[in-house]
Amino acid sequence: MENNVVLRARGISMTFPGVKALDNVQLTLRKGEIHALMGENGAGKSTLIKCLTGINDFEAGEIHIDGINGTIKNHSTRDAQNVGISTVYQEVNLCPNLSVAENLFIGREPLTKLHTIDRKSYNSRSQKIMDELGISVDVTQNLENYSLAIQQMVAIARAVDMECKVLILDEPTSSLDDEEVEKLFKLMRKLKEKGVGILFVTHFLEQVYAVCDRITVLRNGTFVGEYPISELPRVKLVAAMMGKYLNDLESIHKENKDFTNAPMEISAKGLSHTGTVKPFDLDIHKGEVVGVAGLLGSGRSELARAIYGADKANTGTLEVDGKPVKINQPIDAMNKGMGMLPDDRKAEGIIADLSVRENIILALQAKRGMFKLLSRAKQEEIADRYIDLVQIKTASRETLIKQLSGGNQQKVILARWLATDPDFLILDEPTRGIDIGTKSEIQKLIIKLAGEGKSVLFISSEIEEMLRTSNRMIIMRDGEKVGELDRELSQEGVMHAIAGGEG
Amino acid sequence: MSKKSNSKIYWNKLKNWPLLLPVIALILVMAVNIIHDAAIGENPLSFFMISLRNTTTSGTILYGRIIDIINRGSEVAILAIGMTLVVSASAGTDISVGSVMSLCASFMCMMLAGYGVSSTTTLAMPLAIGLLCAVVMGIVCGAFNGTLVAHLKIQPMVATLILYSAARAIGLLLCNDLIVYVRNPSFAYFGAFTGPIPTPIIITAICIIIVSLVLKKTALGMYIQSVGINARASRIAGLNSRLLIFLAYTLCGLFAAIAGIVASSRITSADSNNIGLYLEMDAILSVALGGNSLGGGKFNLAGSIIGAYTIQAITTTLYALGVSTNQAPVFKAIIVILIVVIEAPPFKAFVRKFNASRAAAREV
Repeated sequence: MENNVVLRARGISMTFPGVKALDNVQLTLRKGEIHALMGENGAGKSTLIKCLTGINDFEAGEIHIDGINGTIKNHSTRDAQNVGISTVYQEVNLCPNLSVAENLFIGREPLTKLHTIDRKSYNSRSQKIMDELGISVDVTQNLENYSLAIQQMVAIARAVDMECKVLILDEPTSSLDDEEVEKLFKLMRKLKEKGVGILFVTHFLEQVYAVCDRITVLRNGTFVGEYPISELPRVKLVAAMMGKYLNDLESIHKENKDFTNAPMEISAKGLSHTGTVKPFDLDIHKGEVVGVAGLLGSGRSELARAIYGADKANTGTLEVDGKPVKINQPIDAMNKGMGMLPDDRKAEGIIADLSVRENIILALQAKRGMFKLLSRAKQEEIADRYIDLVQIKTASRETLIKQLSGGNQQKVILARWLATDPDFLILDEPTRGIDIGTKSEIQKLIIKLAGEGKSVLFISSEIEEMLRTSNRMIIMRDGEKVGELDRELSQEGVMHAIAGGEG
Repeated sequence: MSKKSNSKIYWNKLKNWPLLLPVIALILVMAVNIIHDAAIGENPLSFFMISLRNTTTSGTILYGRIIDIINRGSEVAILAIGMTLVVSASAGTDISVGSVMSLCASFMCMMLAGYGVSSTTTLAMPLAIGLLCAVVMGIVCGAFNGTLVAHLKIQPMVATLILYSAARAIGLLLCNDLIVYVRNPSFAYFGAFTGPIPTPIIITAICIIIVSLVLKKTALGMYIQSVGINARASRIAGLNSRLLIFLAYTLCGLFAAIAGIVASSRITSADSNNIGLYLEMDAILSVALGGNSLGGGKFNLAGSIIGAYTIQAITTTLYALGVSTNQAPVFKAIIVILIVVIEAPPFKAFVRKFNASRAAAREV
């Protein structure tokens, strides 16, 4: 193997039922480099990573690792860890009911002389690791007590602490805020100096250009090319990923309309949910897109959940279409014409073992009630219509949703709500972890819905995309609605409002 | 050429048929019978022979080993229906069904005979009221389990352990510690014959047909599976997860009551200590043999029913082979292990790989 290469994969091919996921793909990772793996949804990034880490059993190709003669083939994540490949996945794959320390050491617990688990050094070592990374947590607390962001960082800390030559980060930043991302980057640069090869998968172009040295681009399961970062400016990168030049995002423009006299769709007064969101008032007009900005944990999701009944509101009143309503659980909200795409796709979105068809019609069927079953023909018609409308990449409508890539799963959930024809749609981080092409499709869709007189509550970490689509923005800080911005929306203005303080 | 590819398509369809393995398991058990019969010089197909016989007690009836299996498998098949729903919705099992069967039977017999009466030939009240009592008792027990699991979030095994241990004793209490005999032909009917056909078979068929129709004509099946796979996501999508889990346990209690009526009617008594004994394990095993994951989610009712009859077929076969009642469970366990291994995903993956490597070797 040539000098300073830590991992070399050649000719990797892999087929899922009905889909060629990878076709003769290659990847070369060098010592002490941060290497971006880029591609759209379904391009094969996650599949390739799973081949490297032993979760997928690839059919053809070979993988070489520095320091090991001959090819390797991992059959489990444990195998992969033994040859020095550690991974942090897109969705946190830790045990929420164990403590942070236990999660850090699962499968490699420090032992005492008597071969019992050494709890003392366990906790102190864990605390040391977390402190070094600048993550302030109590390692004896259960993981579920912490936000998704912290959980993600624990997962990274776990991978980092294992002596790894190759660290794979699969969308690690999609649930982190800017400050946390910066911390992670610092850590990545530190590891890079130590000679670790880092494979970094992300959808955020800025982040690629902030930390990476090289880029490998995949498209539709094939290898497009490997480029040093200096030779591949953004436009060319996007072109390589999509196979065409695209100015889609620039073409998205909302209509500037005055909503002061428009009829009201949603009117909340003093709504709150104990412990997560303080009493707030919120009016949303028909045909209006309202963005919710705030840091992680600011109560931006919780505000939406209180309206929708996902977390039942403890105080306050809600009017829909001018009539007071009582919402105890999501189905009540749905019957008033609401829909909500939750932010945690894995835990609250997909029904993994059901087909794409069943996942699409689920909410519509729930709304119709148990005794009014949609006929099979009708179900298929609806599924086909939405697979076509939002362009879900799937082998067939009967494919299980868990076999789809993350972005396509998100499209299925979106289709589920569109099928119920809602008057008011809550979209909580609909574009998280999905590629630019799909992002712009979703943004266009939001504007289209608003054009049809529907109202949208749009929550996102990316202020830019909310600016592009929202007529008004509300600002959340520490569980409280601290302000509304309705004219002269600008990135800077919103950031100031989020940060608070003077001005 | 086209014929060959056609047969390949059929083969692929068959390979993906969810009932393939449960059916193969059942066929295997039947094959053992055929081989055994052939070996001892009997007609190899005697296992499948059905004949009409005249009896002094029940008139002309159907007779044959197959009929016997389907008849005796009735209780487990009925229980398996409810168990399938419970497993799917809550990823847990209801281990109280055997005891609940016994409780329902005791309550029914006590009502029909009158409190404290140990044996009667005349009914103390209309038969319909006795049956209704059993059914209501079953539903109450199911609702109790359902409340514990769905609303109080107690683990299914622990929640149903309460009635598993208590229900039999409550039944004895209701019967004043007696074995109550109700020797009345109208009551015995449910364990006897309708024309030439054993009544339990008819009752089971009706249960299966009604449940299948409900699953086909309503969204209940999809709702339950959805909740079983991801209760939180189902709730956001508008399903009442708690109510559905509660409903599954309540239905399971109802079917336990029906199985209790059949079992009690067969012996025209409420024998608290024996009715439904160990049947909860057979019911759970039926669900597993039917290719259903005990981890909840997707279910296949037909698989569970086939599983139930497979268990009965194993038992009957062992007796036919001359294995004593005391040793039968050992052989039953061996057979069950084999079937479960064949259906296990890692074994299937192994077979697939083995086939693939052989196919590759042939090409070289």
